[in-house]
Amino acid sequence: MSGSEYVTISPFITVETSGTTAMVKLLGDWTLDNAGQIDRDMHQVAGLCQNGAILDCSDIQGLDTAGALLVRRYAQTVENIAPAVLTGVLARHKNLLDVVSACPPSAPTQPDHDSWYITVLYEMGESAFSFFRSAKNLLGFIGLVLSRLFGALFEPSRIRLVPLVHQLEVVGLKAMGIVGLISFLIGAVMVNQGAVQLAKFGADIFVIDMLGISHLRELGILLTAIIVAGRSGSSFTAQIGSMRLNEEVDAMSTLGMNTLDILVLPRLLAMLIALPLLGFYADVLGVFGGIMMAWFQLDITPANFIVYFRDVVSLDHFLAGILKAPFFAIVIVVSGCYHGLAVSGSAASLGIRTTRSVVQSIFLVIVLDAFFAVFFTSIGL
Amino acid sequence: MNNDRDKNIVIKVRGLKTMFGDNVIHNGLDLDVYRGEILGIVGGSGTGKSVLLKTIVGLNKQSEGSIEVNGRIQGTMTDEEDRKSRREWGVLFQDGALFTSLTVAQNVQVPLREHFDLPPDLMDCLSLNKITMAGLPLDAACKFPSDLSGGMRKRAALARALSLDPHILFLDEPTAGLDPIGASAFDALVMELRDSLGLTVFLVTHDLDTLSRTCDRVAVLGEQKILINASLSEVVELDHPWVQDYFKGPRARAAGIKSRNVENGMQPVLV
Repeated sequence: MSGSEYVTISPFITVETSGTTAMVKLLGDWTLDNAGQIDRDMHQVAGLCQNGAILDCSDIQGLDTAGALLVRRYAQTVENIAPAVLTGVLARHKNLLDVVSACPPSAPTQPDHDSWYITVLYEMGESAFSFFRSAKNLLGFIGLVLSRLFGALFEPSRIRLVPLVHQLEVVGLKAMGIVGLISFLIGAVMVNQGAVQLAKFGADIFVIDMLGISHLRELGILLTAIIVAGRSGSSFTAQIGSMRLNEEVDAMSTLGMNTLDILVLPRLLAMLIALPLLGFYADVLGVFGGIMMAWFQLDITPANFIVYFRDVVSLDHFLAGILKAPFFAIVIVVSGCYHGLAVSGSAASLGIRTTRSVVQSIFLVIVLDAFFAVFFTSIGL
Repeated sequence: MNNDRDKNIVIKVRGLKTMFGDNVIHNGLDLDVYRGEILGIVGGSGTGKSVLLKTIVGLNKQSEGSIEVNGRIQGTMTDEEDRKSRREWGVLFQDGALFTSLTVAQNVQVPLREHFDLPPDLMDCLSLNKITMAGLPLDAACKFPSDLSGGMRKRAALARALSLDPHILFLDEPTAGLDPIGASAFDALVMELRDSLGLTVFLVTHDLDTLSRTCDRVAVLGEQKILINASLSEVVELDHPWVQDYFKGPRARAAGIKSRNVENGMQPVLV
């Protein structure tokens, strides 16, 4: 090494390699705004400091904790190769450099991630387990709720009238708009589309059979149940879940109130009453939609429609539909309330549970409907 | 003296009026916060302590009056200036307000990511530095907020508030819900940070211990304005029923706040 040699790396660092140890001058504002560039420059300079370095801080203008950290970090980078000395610390910077006395040792800042194939396997296993676990818990919960419900039949004072009426309004009355509109439109569309197809065989009058049977047996109640599951099931989960997060549910149990009686039974009873009624209402509106469409499209007057309808559609079809309603009601309430009560920890869990409750109740409603279809066919209803 | 202080006013609130609907919270409120001091805001429940804090940091819109932070009038700045000025302050919310889906270190890195383009290892280094500064152990860095105790969550939130090296720190009831040991450690931490980083601290609190230990000045909020803004020993002497109840109750005595004893004419002292 001969003669003094100045290397200006950047506005923030100059290096003088005259002696054995490099003289590193730190200049300018060592603040968070420049942190990115200083960090890049530092890595360049580190190579020049093979034989140790003296870091001269006397020309640093502005310094904040990020800058102090960078000074420490740089000293440590050099220290790993050769001795490093810090000199010329100004009085006004001393405090900061004392607070940031060392570069923190590296520590994980995010949870460990497994490699992707392990994650895939893990999630498959986890979801299989959680499926069986939640199936078991849900069955247990259904049992618990039904036992409370039958218990309440012998002890009617346990049924709370005010919440029941409130839930009836929320679940039943306020759902009438959307349920009615959708049923009306589906009924109308069935006739509209069915007529086009059946007209090819000259059998357009049979749209009435088609509408009556499919709407009363299946579509009316199924659509109603799905709408109600999306509308009320999700709100059950959200209401009960936020009460869980607020520790209201825990408060109830410490006050000696049965959470099932207070939170689940009014909703269950309300749904048991409201869903068959809504199903009937959906049937009526669906058929009404069909009547309207048949009148406009096929010139079948409402009077003729009804006379024909009475001949071909027996009460059995209506019963086969409406009989399913209480079962759907139980499924919707149980899965909504179960997931609500299972909320724990954070608001994120509330979101996950709400999604799960809606997906699960719609899934169960459709599975149950399929079972009923097979069952009714085999007993000839 | 007066002139000298004028230069060092960091936050200057004049004629502030805030209301929610018809409910007037503040009316004609004036407040000065000087550079480098810890100002404690006290007041009964519902007097709008937190509302005042939120109004100053711009989360609430005032209906009248002006708020000046560092000589810039809030609400008249361009979006870019506003964004820049926000770097000057850190806010610690009552319950921490940490992002639940991120680890503590990631929470601290959020503002860094938002404002700067830094290499990941430097960001980790910076966030770990802030985490240790806030008095958390390093292994807390990769934990999620839900895994932390209340005191640790407050410290993590403080680390996030400090991440952009702010000059003003707003603390909303920092010691509420902490045990006495945790609370006094937090007080000590706030003082230490003020001394070493030269912070100005705006502290909303109910905690008489915090008030007597940390605050340079105390502002009492009541009757929709600041009743008095002075050192604790002066505030204690203010002839106002609420102030007297507040500072002369059994809890105040326990916190070591003493006031002039009428019988033997002792001067107010802070123990």
